[in-house]
Amino acid sequence: MDQLFLSRVQFALTASFHFIYPPLSMGLGLLLVIIGVNYLRTRDPKWRQLSFFWVKVYGLVFAIGVATGIVQEFEFGTNWPEYSRFVGNIFGSLLAAEGVFAFFLEGGFLGLMLFGGNRLGPRMWLLAIFMVAFGAHFSALWILMANSWMQTPAGYTIQETPMGTQAFMSSFAATVFTPSFIPRLLHTWIASWLTGAALMLSVGAWFLLRVKQHAKLGKATICVALPVFFIFSIVQLTLSGAQHAENVTQFQPVKLAAMEGLWEDTTCAPMTLIGWVDETNQVTYGIKVPCLLSFLAHGDINATVQGLQSFPSENWPPVNLTFQSYHLMISLGVVMIGIGLLAGSFFLWRRRLWQSALVLWVLVLTVFLTEVATMVGWWTAEFGRQPWIVWELLRTVDAGSPVLLGYQVLLSNGMFIVLYVTLFALFIFLLNEKIQHGPDSLASMEERPVNALPDTFREIFRRQSRA
Amino acid sequence: MWLNVVWFALFVVIIIGYLIMDGFDLGVGILHPFLAKSDEERRVFLNSIGPVWDGNEVWLVLGGGALFAAFPLVYASLFSGLYIAMMLVLLVLILRTVAIEFRSKRPSPRWRSAWDWVFFAASLGIALLLGVAFGNILDGLPLRADGYIEVKLYDLLMPYAVLVGLTTIFMLATHGAIYLSMKADGALLARVKQWVPRLMIIFFVLNTLLVGMTVWLHEGVADRYFQQPWLVILPAAALVSVIVAWLMVRREQYFAAFLFSSAMIAGLLISAAVGLFPNLLVSTLNSSYNLTIFNAASQPNTLTVMLIMALIGIPFVLLYTAGVYYIFRGRVHIGPSSY
Repeated sequence: MDQLFLSRVQFALTASFHFIYPPLSMGLGLLLVIIGVNYLRTRDPKWRQLSFFWVKVYGLVFAIGVATGIVQEFEFGTNWPEYSRFVGNIFGSLLAAEGVFAFFLEGGFLGLMLFGGNRLGPRMWLLAIFMVAFGAHFSALWILMANSWMQTPAGYTIQETPMGTQAFMSSFAATVFTPSFIPRLLHTWIASWLTGAALMLSVGAWFLLRVKQHAKLGKATICVALPVFFIFSIVQLTLSGAQHAENVTQFQPVKLAAMEGLWEDTTCAPMTLIGWVDETNQVTYGIKVPCLLSFLAHGDINATVQGLQSFPSENWPPVNLTFQSYHLMISLGVVMIGIGLLAGSFFLWRRRLWQSALVLWVLVLTVFLTEVATMVGWWTAEFGRQPWIVWELLRTVDAGSPVLLGYQVLLSNGMFIVLYVTLFALFIFLLNEKIQHGPDSLASMEERPVNALPDTFREIFRRQSRA
Repeated sequence: MWLNVVWFALFVVIIIGYLIMDGFDLGVGILHPFLAKSDEERRVFLNSIGPVWDGNEVWLVLGGGALFAAFPLVYASLFSGLYIAMMLVLLVLILRTVAIEFRSKRPSPRWRSAWDWVFFAASLGIALLLGVAFGNILDGLPLRADGYIEVKLYDLLMPYAVLVGLTTIFMLATHGAIYLSMKADGALLARVKQWVPRLMIIFFVLNTLLVGMTVWLHEGVADRYFQQPWLVILPAAALVSVIVAWLMVRREQYFAAFLFSSAMIAGLLISAAVGLFPNLLVSTLNSSYNLTIFNAASQPNTLTVMLIMALIGIPFVLLYTAGVYYIFRGRVHIGPSSY
């Protein structure tokens, strides 16, 4: 088998599997900070109990995220050495910066987050949790920066060297703030908050439905997660998503054409809500809203949107894959807004939400929708960038390894599939067990009363001995 | 040009950081089936590294990133050339992470002993694979004119490289045992203290063999020491550190012992790096194909930006890492949130 094709499959597989976890780390991190703040403000023990519970879930998510993340960092070298040589000066620096600035923050404070509940007072524990959550967001910032450079490269010069063509950094600021960076970063952060909030909504609703003794904690969880989910599901589609689409229109027009399945240059271009792209006959079937695409892309219903036929066909992404990923993301985004509105109105309507089994069941299932939406969103970005690995500078087919053999990549693919399927099964099994077990009572978690724990830097670093 | 030398030094520092920090928790993993007898003792082992191992592993991630950024041609050649070996490294890294995280999640003894074995095998595997890879780097690889390496997996398992692998295992096991002397208590501490000299002796023998073999085979590494004999002070300092570490364990000065054990690791790695300098990858085909810190590096622009980032970032890392270790200082105590 063709090693390049297999390398692509392997990267898609490993990156997708990895991408299940970091959004959860960011989302849960943000919500854990909110829970910690609630405890400090009210001193209601239920918030502390929830901190202990969700920190454990976080540990599980984080462990798999780290383990699968290292794979990504090494794979550029193992499977894409021509790419690594080409971009090392720029892309490599951003990865290294992620390590020193962000990943160390997460890894360093994770221990305090997981085991700090009985060592630190609530303020200091919250500080540790904040540092981990901040590190997770910061980490995503560098990764998005690096990936955005692949989408819309800037601040470089191309030079021939004895070891092939290389991109050299001409301006650090320009490589960092490429045109697509900020819209993509915001879009990913918000997607992560939605994913984390959806997991909390699912678990909270499950407690109300099935683990009655935790109903009170289930309500508290939903009270934290629902506003975040409600607000950001709307912001994501109407503000962030729209901004992102405009950015793609401006800087990667052929990608937009593929996302929308638009073949010819069209004035008052329609937006397809759901459809199918027939790539051989170059037609897109489906339900279309007239002029909506022109409005979203250019803010003017009469504007002309460029179709695929305006670009040489060797620069087209896989049209139907890009189209379907994108449309699934949008549809799920709309469904999420619906769920937010539904649950929100039932909540405001004299707390009917707590009794409404149907709406609670919808919430239980929400986490799967957000995970899929986040995943296909990333796929849209990556499929849509093809056939380039670095937009208009290096093709994916030229980025592979001249020394790799088909059977080697077949072996490693097999290894990753077996390993990741097992890991995923174990993850779901352990997560499920934790959820069914529910939060432990504070009495069983706390070894010493909260007030006896050191809660300022001075107290932490001055004490001579520990009991 | 000085930037290239600085980045070589910085890269060596990061690898030393990895071997000292993650080295002890790998050592704990290697030792635990032999020293920890009961479930309680195994949990002491696991929780001695529990709050810190994740941060320690970041040194490896940083090493990968720094190599990619500062010497992208080496990153590309080495990782693609040692493909299957690298995939095995990834496999054991993943298995080790999940073994630590999953082990105490369920009370079943079968579940726990299965993950204990994974933890042991993966810790041993990481030490062995990284050691063998480093042995091959010292030994030279069939690096071609186009900068690529084509080599079969079994060609990597030459006696010299395997010896480096074994030495690495015992070096980290010794280091781990000394770390445990700060963390374990009672009968377990007594057992750990018994094991320290045994491990040290094995390490000493292997290391002597390794030095002998290096000189005998006239690997590129040894040549520098023939040219500039005063450099012998580096490996000598490493060996003295081993002895001092042992004396400190006997005097129950465990933290000092750990510092000397760390000095031993630093000394050995610097000794090897000095022998390699300025090469990063030595070609066994033709020395003009060698990848050096000059022909394989990024442009001065990138190296400068990276140096600024490292100088801002690393002091912070050291500061809060020290804080975390301070908070978790003292002997292990198993509580409700422990692994």
